[in-house]
Amino acid sequence: MSILIDQDSRVIVQGFTGREGTFHATQMIEYGTRIVGGITPGKGGQIHLEKPVFNTVEETVRETAANVSVIFVPAPFAADAIIEAALAGIALIVCISEGIPVLDMVRVKNFIRTTASRLIGPNCPGVISPGKCKVGIMPSRIHHPGKVGIISRSGTLTYVAVDQITRENLGQSTCIGIGGDPIIGTTFIEALELFRHDEQTEAVVMIGEIGGTLEEQAADYIGKNFDKPVVSFVAGQTAPPGRRMGHAGAIISGGRGTAAEKMAVLKKNGVHVVENPAEIGATVKKILG
Amino acid sequence: MKIHEYQAKELFKTFAVPVPRGEAADTAEQALAAAERLGYPCVIKAQVHAGGRGKAGGIQLARSRADAQKHIARILGMTLVSHQTGPEGKRVRKLLVEQGLSIIKEFYLAIIVDREKEMPVIIASSRGGMEIEAVARDHPQAIFKMHVHPVTGLSACHIRNLAFKLDLSKVQQQNFGALLTNLYELFLKNDASLVEINPLIITDNDEVMALDAKITFDDNALYRHPDIAAWRDVYEEEPLEVEASKYELNYIRLDGNIGCMVNGAGLAMATMDIIKFYGGEPANFLDVGGATSVDKVKEAFKILLADKNVRAVFVNIFGGIVRTDLVANGIVYAAKGLETKIPIVIRLVGTNEEEGMRILRESQLNFVTENVLADAVRRVVELARGD
Repeated sequence: MSILIDQDSRVIVQGFTGREGTFHATQMIEYGTRIVGGITPGKGGQIHLEKPVFNTVEETVRETAANVSVIFVPAPFAADAIIEAALAGIALIVCISEGIPVLDMVRVKNFIRTTASRLIGPNCPGVISPGKCKVGIMPSRIHHPGKVGIISRSGTLTYVAVDQITRENLGQSTCIGIGGDPIIGTTFIEALELFRHDEQTEAVVMIGEIGGTLEEQAADYIGKNFDKPVVSFVAGQTAPPGRRMGHAGAIISGGRGTAAEKMAVLKKNGVHVVENPAEIGATVKKILG
Repeated sequence: MKIHEYQAKELFKTFAVPVPRGEAADTAEQALAAAERLGYPCVIKAQVHAGGRGKAGGIQLARSRADAQKHIARILGMTLVSHQTGPEGKRVRKLLVEQGLSIIKEFYLAIIVDREKEMPVIIASSRGGMEIEAVARDHPQAIFKMHVHPVTGLSACHIRNLAFKLDLSKVQQQNFGALLTNLYELFLKNDASLVEINPLIITDNDEVMALDAKITFDDNALYRHPDIAAWRDVYEEEPLEVEASKYELNYIRLDGNIGCMVNGAGLAMATMDIIKFYGGEPANFLDVGGATSVDKVKEAFKILLADKNVRAVFVNIFGGIVRTDLVANGIVYAAKGLETKIPIVIRLVGTNEEEGMRILRESQLNFVTENVLADAVRRVVELARGD
């Protein structure tokens, strides 16, 4: 089954004709994603990558019946792009853009709650249901259809986990990069809830990192509600406090949000925590047999 | 981005948040002249980006001209060591001289974004002047929080609730309300990620004032605040980190001896973790990012090798978006130019990896290449030990 996206998803690209948008839209089309059009304000009426370009999301939805949008616009305009997609009724909004100011996301997140839209990201690699649909920037070739769901706050580290899962011949149902920012659209718990009801998914790999309390909240949820096995790695065991480790959200502040704390709570709630990121794939293999 | 207390107080004044009269000074002469203008008693305060200045001897009360002279001479140019500076301390290059005030009460007041609730929160405490982490641990009942939803903004109830909890008189309540309203405005308008006043004081004539001021800004929003970005003080930062930021490299210096170059923040952190797992110590966090060019890789290498503690280098690239052949070219170009004797272990996986490996092999340079993550890390740990 997979979650969030599949072969029937009708995908549009915001920031379609820009460098990033063009490059990744091309890759997505090659993968088989049904890109039905794109938006670049002022370029409406043109054809780009053999797809129609529109000025507004609302118009695009009306003309193409799109239900998924992926956003590549630069950070200063990204919050606005998310709002526009939600106003146009897009069901799934995937925001790749990195560097959105936190206070912009405070407004956006509290607005999104009042709509029927789901936001993934920002500052994330996107979502892929291998063999069916890719909405994002992940390297396609390492993915393989299968039974492991992946949820991650990090980009390249996700690819490392995906690669290990593929090499163990398990494959992935859906991989979701939830993003490395302090405020994100979809958290671990919401993603786990989707995987819980997905028949294709037999186990979940959850990759966290230092900062915030998303992993602790997820641990509590898993302990109470989640029956499938979860394997987890938390990046930043050796990170110094008070320093932002690349991602805006990856910072240990006021003694909270350490990897040790997160790993302990996850373990307590029955999660298989790996300390060595090279052992993610082998651990899942051992559990699924 | 952090700024100094004197800069934060400049911004406070712009937003009508009351602060004591004061002047910043770069030299002993300027500082003494400021003290004379302000009168005695006055306070001499070291300007460095770190807390714990008082305990470290960086804040002194001067009751006379002779007193002021003595304190200024001692503080300006001193290396201030507090729990937040690290053992090497920070050199004091600037002073803030402020009027002395009669204080009847001290509080704590801060605004941050609460990641869990996804909105700003005002934090106040009746125990001012103490480290807030310690208060939270030992006296959690003395900490009061009020969340501010972006739809409502700051409302009268926020002020009323906090004022009652802090047990303020009617006049004090009014002054506190005005201060908090302006402070919240400052927080929003400037994309602050933290505004902290510790202590917030009440003077003997019921004025409410910021005796200290700390502001941290959201780096992602600096593009829309060029005036604030101009306040950056590179003397407060690690020189190699300043150099790295010029090339949009994300570099943080650490204490170990294995230099790391990785693409992606999560993988960079995980690489540090796995080095430690196999008994090594990372010398740094370095994320070369997504769109890597030959020049960027070369600069990254220069910065890694400029750290004299580095005994071995580990390059860990998972090429998704990044083309590993470009990274290989950058490494070869850099290694040739820098003529380093330091062993370099390279793991290139992903897009164009065959081409990347071919470039490394044909370079005739002495690289160690390993494809399996665990093997590569074991190797670099051995090399750093000198095995």
